[in-house]
Amino acid sequence: MGKRVGMEVAIASAEAAALCKFDVAAVYPITPQSHVAEHLSDIVNDGRVDASFITVESEHSALSAAMGASATGARVVTATSSQGLLYMHEVLPITSAMRLPIVMLIANRAISGPINIWNDHSDIMPQRDTGWISFFADNGQEVVDMTIQAFKVAEHREVMLPVNVNMDGFQLTHMVEPIIMPDQGEVDRFLPEYVPYATLHPDRPVSMGTLAMPEIYAEAQKAKNVAIVNSKKIILEVWKEWEKLFGRRYEPIQAYRTKDADVALVTMGSMGETAEIAVEELRKQGVKAGLLKIKLWRPFPFAELRKAVQGIRVLAVTDRACSFGGPGGPVFSEIRSALYEEPVRPAIVNYIIGLGGRDVQVEDFMEMVRQAARGKLSEPYVFYGVRG
Amino acid sequence: MTEKKWPETWQEVNPGCMVFRPGSSREYHTGSWRAKRPLWDNAKCIKCGVCYIYCPEGCVTEDADGFFEANLDYCKGCGICAHECWPGAIKMVNEEE
Repeated sequence: MGKRVGMEVAIASAEAAALCKFDVAAVYPITPQSHVAEHLSDIVNDGRVDASFITVESEHSALSAAMGASATGARVVTATSSQGLLYMHEVLPITSAMRLPIVMLIANRAISGPINIWNDHSDIMPQRDTGWISFFADNGQEVVDMTIQAFKVAEHREVMLPVNVNMDGFQLTHMVEPIIMPDQGEVDRFLPEYVPYATLHPDRPVSMGTLAMPEIYAEAQKAKNVAIVNSKKIILEVWKEWEKLFGRRYEPIQAYRTKDADVALVTMGSMGETAEIAVEELRKQGVKAGLLKIKLWRPFPFAELRKAVQGIRVLAVTDRACSFGGPGGPVFSEIRSALYEEPVRPAIVNYIIGLGGRDVQVEDFMEMVRQAARGKLSEPYVFYGVRG
Repeated sequence: MTEKKWPETWQEVNPGCMVFRPGSSREYHTGSWRAKRPLWDNAKCIKCGVCYIYCPEGCVTEDADGFFEANLDYCKGCGICAHECWPGAIKMVNEEE
């Protein structure tokens, strides 16, 4: 049986990786991910897992070293944040193209400039199209659970793709939360030993990271897209198995009081918990509010979304990043596009919130619902709470 | 048996585009890129091997008499050998006039 502990979430994410008995960690520290890097290093140094910790000189090297290790058949973890993730960007699509099941813990943080170390989602959004599976956690328990699930999904023979687990910087990483930490036996039963598809070995020659001419590049990209689209089936299976073993349910889109909802908020990440309280408060006032929390960002759960919005009149989609000069936030444009073909669909409004660590309180979410109830905002997308 | 140069359909692409047959890149003849070919004047050649050392394709080889020649299946015609040959024994000549 798992043990209920009070633990800082960044530390807990490293502990979860240790429960997965990673073979290699290649990590470069950056705020607010540093505690993950430091704790992974401690775990290796203390001999708690039989693993190597590669001290790299940059994030570009961190993921490159992680790829090399993964290609030899090792179970590999890395972690980063913000500018570090942007510096890794070049390597991300190669990791997925080479089908290396690396797990990356991301402490989401705003990107420069102006320079800012606090939380939003502007670091992960530029990675959206790199072919990584993306989980978003609401709280510390989900960070721990998703980290363990991530290895199982990534290494599944029908998936073989890297997975990133997104936890909001500071709001999650630096919070001490009550977490049920699974015990080693439970994790061992859930997560089998990694059996790689192919490894770099002199006795069994294989070329990885090959050249593709125009005659085959497009076929390779199509194959990669099919792989990540099909991974949803395995993710759902893994989540079902998790629920059976650990009793905690995971869904691509988690609905909160949406059955009879008139207006529903959409969140991704830790603000979902604040939004839950706002929904409760609004319900007390007679407002039929609801909430949809997106847990799986890639592959995007189109079917689940279409089902979840049935009967809802207005969706108030919140984004923690802006697509500058584009249609609004990335979550908003995704959701609007996903519902375009639906004969009956809700009105959809977009709030860009919580940029660079700006606090968003219960009352703010309540106000967003009240405004959204009109079905239309003053602009196609609104930077909520911005002065001027 | 002639093997296919690349998979016909996306379904045939190996996961990660991995290639399990060693040495397959030899079948890719980069010589077709060439516009000019190196021509050795063995009267000027002092057999120093600079062309052999500098060739980025590794396609220059030494013959039985100690002179050098390029394997035209792979020589891209970059001209580095001619540039580096200090006795001036290598000339780049057009493939086609």
